[in-house]
Amino acid sequence: MAKVEILKDYCKSCKLCMQVCPKQVLRVGTYTNKMGYDAVEMDETKGCIGCKMCATMCPEGAIEVYR
Amino acid sequence: MEKVYTRPKSMNPRATGYCPGCLHGVATRLICELIDEFGIQDQTTSVLPIGCSSMGVFHFDTDMIVSLHGRAPAVATGVKRCSPKRFVYTYQGDGDLAAIGLSEIMHAANRGENITAIFVNNSIYGMTGGQMAPTTLIGQKATTAQDGRDPKREGYPMKMCEILAQLEAPVLVARCALDTPAHINEAKKVLRQGFQNQLDQKGFSFIELLSNCPTNWGMSAEKTIAWMQEHTMKTFPLGVFKAKE
Repeated sequence: MAKVEILKDYCKSCKLCMQVCPKQVLRVGTYTNKMGYDAVEMDETKGCIGCKMCATMCPEGAIEVYR
Repeated sequence: MEKVYTRPKSMNPRATGYCPGCLHGVATRLICELIDEFGIQDQTTSVLPIGCSSMGVFHFDTDMIVSLHGRAPAVATGVKRCSPKRFVYTYQGDGDLAAIGLSEIMHAANRGENITAIFVNNSIYGMTGGQMAPTTLIGQKATTAQDGRDPKREGYPMKMCEILAQLEAPVLVARCALDTPAHINEAKKVLRQGFQNQLDQKGFSFIELLSNCPTNWGMSAEKTIAWMQEHTMKTFPLGVFKAKE
């Protein structure tokens, strides 16, 4: 089982990761960070496959992938 | 579970200075990943120009010089000639490289300086507020071309890769895009070649990375990706224009 971890204080909620995720496991969460953006979070029910597409796309380097 | 992707070490631990969804962040991250991969963080000098790319001062954890507007290739030339063992690259935007710095990039390329020039092209001036750049597309709106760029009045978009590929000296001239993970991986490969060329003392490498500007294009980050694919990438075709063995 794979998972992604969002570094929530770096996320700017641009949603590019959500757009490229083939399994739609990412969504905008409820945590608002210091910059005022609602950080993206992983929906654990959707089954992340650890493909690193989100991490490759993230302009902030705010996604860490575990597999 | 094993960590298969993490932030590069040579990227400072802070959020970037860029707007949400700006692909400058991806370009920065790719460079940092490659610096880590080659293990050259201590030998690297980043030469930054003026523009959004100046914000690299917050991101690259390397030695660094911020040059005058457009003069990064000239400053990089000086650094490289004085310290040939250092890895020297420039990280420039299109308002910087293709407009005020046109002379510097042309002559650095023509001399075949052993540096790597990375050119982030988002076809508009970002930091100064969305003015028209030499690379602005036909019909694209900018604060100084309110009805869109008209070739009768402002000429045509300048294609830097095609121009530089005509010169004898450069060893690598290529254009990549940062719109999808596949293109980003491809861009990383080309950047790696650009780094390797310099480490092998081969000469001048020029890599253009097509990017976006959500703020000044006036659309959401997600929409800029589709816009890039429909417009930017049609005017600026991807590919390797010159690669000397």
